Parts: sequence; structure tokens; C-alpha cells
Amino acid sequence: MENLNLFIRSIFIDNMIFAYFLGMCSYLAVSKNVKTALGLGVAVTFMLVITLPINYLLENYVLKAGALSWLGEEYAAVDLSFLSLIMFIAVIASMTQLVEMAVEKYAPALYSSLGIFLPLIAVNCAILGGSLFMQQREFASVWTSVCAGAGWGIGWLLAIVALAAIRERISTYSKVPRPLRGIGITFIITALMGIAFMSFLGIKI
Amino acid sequence: MAEKIKNSQVFLNPFSKDNPVIVQVLGICSVLAVTAKLAPAMVMGISVIAVLAFSNVIISLLRNTIPTNIRIIVQLVVVAGLVVIVSQLLKAYAYAVSVQLSVFIGLIITNCILMGRLEAFALGNKPWPAFLDGVGNGIGYAVILVIVAFFRELLGSGTLFGYQVVPDSFYEAGYVNNGMMILPPMALIVVACIIWAHRAINKDLQEN
Repeated sequence: MENLNLFIRSIFIDNMIFAYFLGMCSYLAVSKNVKTALGLGVAVTFMLVITLPINYLLENYVLKAGALSWLGEEYAAVDLSFLSLIMFIAVIASMTQLVEMAVEKYAPALYSSLGIFLPLIAVNCAILGGSLFMQQREFASVWTSVCAGAGWGIGWLLAIVALAAIRERISTYSKVPRPLRGIGITFIITALMGIAFMSFLGIKI
Repeated sequence: MAEKIKNSQVFLNPFSKDNPVIVQVLGICSVLAVTAKLAPAMVMGISVIAVLAFSNVIISLLRNTIPTNIRIIVQLVVVAGLVVIVSQLLKAYAYAVSVQLSVFIGLIITNCILMGRLEAFALGNKPWPAFLDGVGNGIGYAVILVIVAFFRELLGSGTLFGYQVVPDSFYEAGYVNNGMMILPPMALIVVACIIWAHRAINKDLQEN
């Protein structure tokens, strides 16, 4: 039950884009049409669901102070937490490369639609941000991290698809001042969406 | 292609014409998150300049030895190493600021400016131009950061660097700080206004 709450909270209240503004670069760059936005959103969700539990296990059984005590008494005092940034990003980068190879081999159709986005994901701050939040909030179990990952991913997906839909319409229906066209108006749309999403902040579940 | 560009241009272009934030649209996340106050924005800007300059030099030195298909991992590890150094330094000498910046120092790793410049410039150029490119882009980024933070702190809290700037007589006359400016979405609007002004001057950057 608690995990379900966390899942829903991660989608709406702790939304990666509107509450933390993570993953903005690809969010702004790849939101020109709904189809590619959907592809990137699915890829991000997928990577979050995979990397968050892996980093959770790493954090709790290797990196945290005293985490190595399962190796024997003499390791109990080891604290490797200063390595966590490097370990997390290495996991994310290598998983990205692995998933890219696996998808290319076993699902060529999916690869051709997702392919170009997969390498981009290694540098999407939403993914690393997810792992850093996981570390900061000291999640209770692997399942918690899976649920949070799925929630953050779906929240990101919703946000990018919504923005892409608005941008598709705006190019045909509205007269935007010339200097604001393209990236400028996208910033303003995102700001307005962010303010709207803030109404979720007061909800307690 | 890159060989023809002069070193001075490599250094100066990112200030305005090729600005990483408002033209290349890179590194937006941190612009929004750390600009509510001027002091953390300055620290963030300086950290990014340092990390960007050194990672550009290191990748440029290694550019002929890195195999193409694992280059992303190599780049990320180099950047991550530098970021760890910066974050440990901040914890040692500026603890209060490092608490304020929290995860965002760690997120310099995935700041797209870094990957963008490493991919686009450092991989194909000699160390010295790469260093200039790193410093130039870092400064271009820091300038936007400081401008946004200036407006947000002035209008949102009535202070600059934590000192009150708006005189008390203003408040007595009914002036109220705009609490909206503290919220992250307003950073987007400020950046949009900068883009608007910038593109109104540089007409060749406008889109149709």
C-alpha cells in the first residue's frame, strides 16, 4: 500500500519535470512532435525502472557506511559513499549501452523507433537524479525503488507528451512574436504547466 | 571544420552568439534549480567553469585513444571524477553553500553542457582550443545563471547576496516582494524573457 502511494506521489506530486526540473534538456529538445516524445518517454521510464533498483542494491550492500559488513567483520568500518556518484553514473551509462545492444538484437522494430534516444538517456539528469533522491531519502526496500522509478518515469512521460501536443498545436493555431518562436515560447509553456502542477503539492496521500 | 575557427572566436562565441543556455539550450535543469539566490548561483557557475575546462582538456588529450563505442562511459567517468573533487572541496571549504546546492552539484555530471561540448568540441580538437572552449562556454553559462539569479533574488526577496537592497520606505509605502519569483517556474519565464531580448537583437537566430 505504501509503495502504491509512493508510485502515485512520484507521478504527480514529485513529478521530475514540474517539481524538480530534472531532465529538462531532452524535454525541451525532443518535444517537437508527440510520436518521438512518446518514444523518449518510454525509454526514460524503462531506464529508471532498471537502474534505480540496481543502484539501490549497490548503495546498500557496497557503498554505504558499514554496508560491506556481510563480507566479514573487518569490512564493517569501510565507508565508500564518496564513490557513489561515479558508481551510479557508471551503472547508468553501462546499462544504457547494454539495453541498446539487447534491444537492437531482440527487438529491431523497437530499436528503430527508440534507437537514437537510447544514448541520449545516459545524460538525462532525471535518471541520475532518481538515483540521488533514492540515496538521499533512504528507501526502505528494492520494491520501493522500483515503484518510485516507475512513477518518476511515467510522470516524465506524461509531461513530455503533454508539452509535445501543445507545441504541435501552437505552431499552426497561434501567432507567437517572432523572437519568442521555438524555444522561447516553449519555456513559457513549461513554466505555466509547472505552475499548474503546483496545485498537486498540497495533496497528502 | 573546427580547425578554421580562431582561438579568440572559440573563446568569445559562447558569450552571446553561441550561448550554451539560451541558444544551444543546454544545462537548463540547474539554471532553474539554483537561481533563487545569487550566492549559490555564483558557486554553481564557477564549479561548472572549472569542471568543463578540465574535462574538455582531459578528453581532448585522450581523444585518439578512446574507442568510439565506449566513449560515453569514458566521458562520464572523467566528468564524474572531476565533479567528485569539486563536491568534496565545497564540502570542506563552503559547507553551507554545498548543503543549499544538494544534489545539483552531483547533477553537473549529467549537465548537458558538458556532454555537448565534449562530443562536439573536445573529441575533435587540440587541448588548448578545448580549454578555451570549456572556459568560454562555462562563462556563457555562468553569466545567464547570474542574470537570472539577480532578477529572482531582487524581485523575490528584495535582497542581493543576502543583503537587503529594497529600502524600508518602499515596504512602508505598500511594496510587497513577489513570492512567485522564488518558485522554479518563474526561472523559466525569466530565461524566456532573456531569449526574447537576445533574439530581438540577433535577428538571424529567430525561427519561423
